[in-house]
Amino acid sequence: MVELVLFVIFALAAVFGAVTTVWARNPVYSALGLMLTLFSVAVFYVSNGAHLVAAVQVIVYAGAVMTLFLFVVMLVGVDRAENRKENLPVQRPLALGLLVLFGGAVLVAGRFAWVTGPSGGRAREGTAEALGNELFRRWVLPFELTALLLIIAAAGTIALGMFRPGEEGGEEDEGEAA
Amino acid sequence: MEASEVMVSLLILLPLGGSVVLLFAGRRLPEPLAGMLGTATVGTGFALAAVAGWGFLTGSGETLRVPWFEWLGPLGVSAGLLWDPLSALMALVVTGVGALIHLYSIGYMKGDPRFGRFFAYMNLFVASMLLLVLADGFALLFVGWELVGLCSYLLISFWFEKPVAAAAGKKAFVVNRVGDAGFLAALMLVFAAFGSLDYGQVLGRASAELSGGMATAITLLLLLGAAGKSAQFPLYVWLPDAMEGPTPVSALIHAATMVTAGVFMVARTGALFDLAPAAAAVVAAVGIGTALYAATIAVAQHDIKRVLAYSTISQLGYMFAAVGAGAYVAGMYHLTTHAFFKALLFLGAGAVIHALSGEQDLRRMGGLWRRLPVTTATMVVAWLAISGIPPLSGFWSKDEILATLYARGGAWLAVWAVGLATALITAFYMSRMIYLAFFGRPRWEEGAHPHEAPGVMAVPLGILAVLALAAGAVNTPWRPGLEHFLEPSFEGLDLAHLPSGGTQWVLAAVSTAVALAGILLAAAAYLRARCPAEEGPAWDLVRRGYRVDEGYARVFAAGGEAAARFTSVTVDEKGVDGLVNGVGVLVRAVGERLRPLQTGFVRQYGLGIVVGVVALLAWFLSRGGW
Amino acid sequence: MIVTPGWYLALAAVIFVIGASGMLLRRNALVMFMSVELMLNAANLSFVAAGRALGVLDGQAAVFFVMVVAAAEVVVGLAIIVAVFRRRATASVDELSGLKG
Repeated sequence: MVELVLFVIFALAAVFGAVTTVWARNPVYSALGLMLTLFSVAVFYVSNGAHLVAAVQVIVYAGAVMTLFLFVVMLVGVDRAENRKENLPVQRPLALGLLVLFGGAVLVAGRFAWVTGPSGGRAREGTAEALGNELFRRWVLPFELTALLLIIAAAGTIALGMFRPGEEGGEEDEGEAA
Repeated sequence: MEASEVMVSLLILLPLGGSVVLLFAGRRLPEPLAGMLGTATVGTGFALAAVAGWGFLTGSGETLRVPWFEWLGPLGVSAGLLWDPLSALMALVVTGVGALIHLYSIGYMKGDPRFGRFFAYMNLFVASMLLLVLADGFALLFVGWELVGLCSYLLISFWFEKPVAAAAGKKAFVVNRVGDAGFLAALMLVFAAFGSLDYGQVLGRASAELSGGMATAITLLLLLGAAGKSAQFPLYVWLPDAMEGPTPVSALIHAATMVTAGVFMVARTGALFDLAPAAAAVVAAVGIGTALYAATIAVAQHDIKRVLAYSTISQLGYMFAAVGAGAYVAGMYHLTTHAFFKALLFLGAGAVIHALSGEQDLRRMGGLWRRLPVTTATMVVAWLAISGIPPLSGFWSKDEILATLYARGGAWLAVWAVGLATALITAFYMSRMIYLAFFGRPRWEEGAHPHEAPGVMAVPLGILAVLALAAGAVNTPWRPGLEHFLEPSFEGLDLAHLPSGGTQWVLAAVSTAVALAGILLAAAAYLRARCPAEEGPAWDLVRRGYRVDEGYARVFAAGGEAAARFTSVTVDEKGVDGLVNGVGVLVRAVGERLRPLQTGFVRQYGLGIVVGVVALLAWFLSRGGW
Repeated sequence: MIVTPGWYLALAAVIFVIGASGMLLRRNALVMFMSVELMLNAANLSFVAAGRALGVLDGQAAVFFVMVVAAAEVVVGLAIIVAVFRRRATASVDELSGLKG
């Protein structure tokens, strides 16, 4: 019963946040809407027994990633309101129509066992111990690879930040600094 | 390893080492030192060969096999040396004449900017030639065979700044390649028939295992190789052009040694030719035909070295006739004496050219005997030797060939007759050359000061003159020393023999008379104050070698060019390039059509993804599963 | 009434579609990035819910990896946006069409 109440409340919050993210003219509101959705999803994680993932969601996403987003929003300029007029001819109706179709198809697909798989296993608690056992035993190699991926991303970011426009001859026109 | 094995191996390794040292350090060595080093390695080789071969002379020598190493493992081919009287004779000739010519070259090549390089190549040639004659199997023989061809190419085009010399080197290389292809095919057949390329295996088992047809095929292909290397018809065309090389090269490679490799090879593989009498007859026919043919061309040449070149082709023809007739000893005998007198003729011609500062045209010589007494004296010896005047060396060897041919009777009498006619022409053109060059009135240009060659060039001339004079003594009918010497090498072969005593005397008298007739005829025509004009279409035709070169150029060179143009233009440019370019054009056209899809709007690309996802999803749902 | 995993999956589908619509309809690169985050979170939610339904922890492990990828993507993507903005003074993706055919 508690779960149902929680689900209804936070599902509404999540959808509201998502719509705000997409709809708001001002990117700051988009960021706030996204943060609302992220928190709601964290709640769903907890109600599904994924305690560690929920914690990580709050700390990494709502904390670090959102801070970064807001930082960039401030840097790039909050004052520019986007022109709502669509200038690609059929983009808007086609996109909406296709997405409705897509959503419908996914919802229909969810009714088939070949999509969802056999249900009925006992739910397992995603404590730090359980998930740590999982990650550092079965998934240890992919886990190490993610470390590599993060290093590469960090290096790429530093490289992007180091070069200023006009510093390298011939790259002035189209490309970003690289 | 025994002492003699070491000596035989050193025989090759010494000049090889010399060439390596000269190749890398030749430029830094002072001029005469490089030449002396080159001469010393070959001279030491001669001493080693003499010591190692002494046993054969006294009758105590035994055929020696020097295994080097396993080679081409899966084929079971080994590399090693064979030291028997035949290879010993060849080694002695190569190193002996080679050392003298090296010595002569110190004077002749004086001041050449690539002096060290010249001796490096010459030493490499001697090493390769020794490898060729000392090899104990066809495989190593082929290696030496190709190496001497390489050295020949390098030395013909030694003065590669001259386009003619570069072209001559290329021509020699290409023509030799034709012969080598035949040789290689012969080796493949030999391997197919015997599963081995070892002389001992092949020649020993030949009579028992080889069918007549196979023997004929192998020997005819071997003949093709020999004709290429020894400048026999129809592959002789490279040798006259090869005279563009320095004169010592002509003397060593294109007179005394390399061009005799074909004769040596036929003699070495005599056991195979024994099984194919038809092929042996072809050898003799090619030989005697070439002898006559080249002799007639020699009559009309103006260039002193080209006279000698055609003379060499003609004399090689005698040797081929001899070995084709089974007179291996006579062939090798003539090979030896020819090495002496022809090397002498070339070196003498070189001295004349040297004296006249590069003049090679007989029409601008004459009367040189006053200025060049030593050269003239030695050249006269060589002239009488090659003309066949007793008791000089050429008489004995040529007469032995002719007498043997006569003794075989039957159709061989025709060969003998052609040989006799060739002897007449030989005496004639050699006398013509000598008269025009050394006698008569001087016709050289005003201001030329002919001078006698320096001592370093005169000494080899003198030594060779003595050899040309006396070398006949090694094998006279009443004291056949060479025959005994070579006996172990030709054991069990079907050898041709000399006629009986009385006939011999008659034949000797006939050939002497023929030689004298040639000399006298030439004297009547050329021993005058004025040089005969020798003009007219007939002279022109003969002077240009019956225009065979032009014919080859028209048929083979033009045909090859047409084939090359076909593959280059039709096959490559139009076919292959067309295919590649067509693919390029196709891709480009398709890309041009697809280009508008890249609108530059990321959101449209995203829409494309969604379209794909929905389509896939719809497909899965409609199938009801994966 | 019990909240089954199916509910969560349906909610995830809705959030995903909303995120995708943001991706397709907005021009601001920052908002598009946020939409991507929405879609990733929808996927994560379905991972967790499905893992619960199947009784395994694999789903949560997968969420971990998705988060890492998302973090890397955000870092690099935002750096690119800043770099582009410094040069072009715009965050609209429609104006970045230098590679159009």
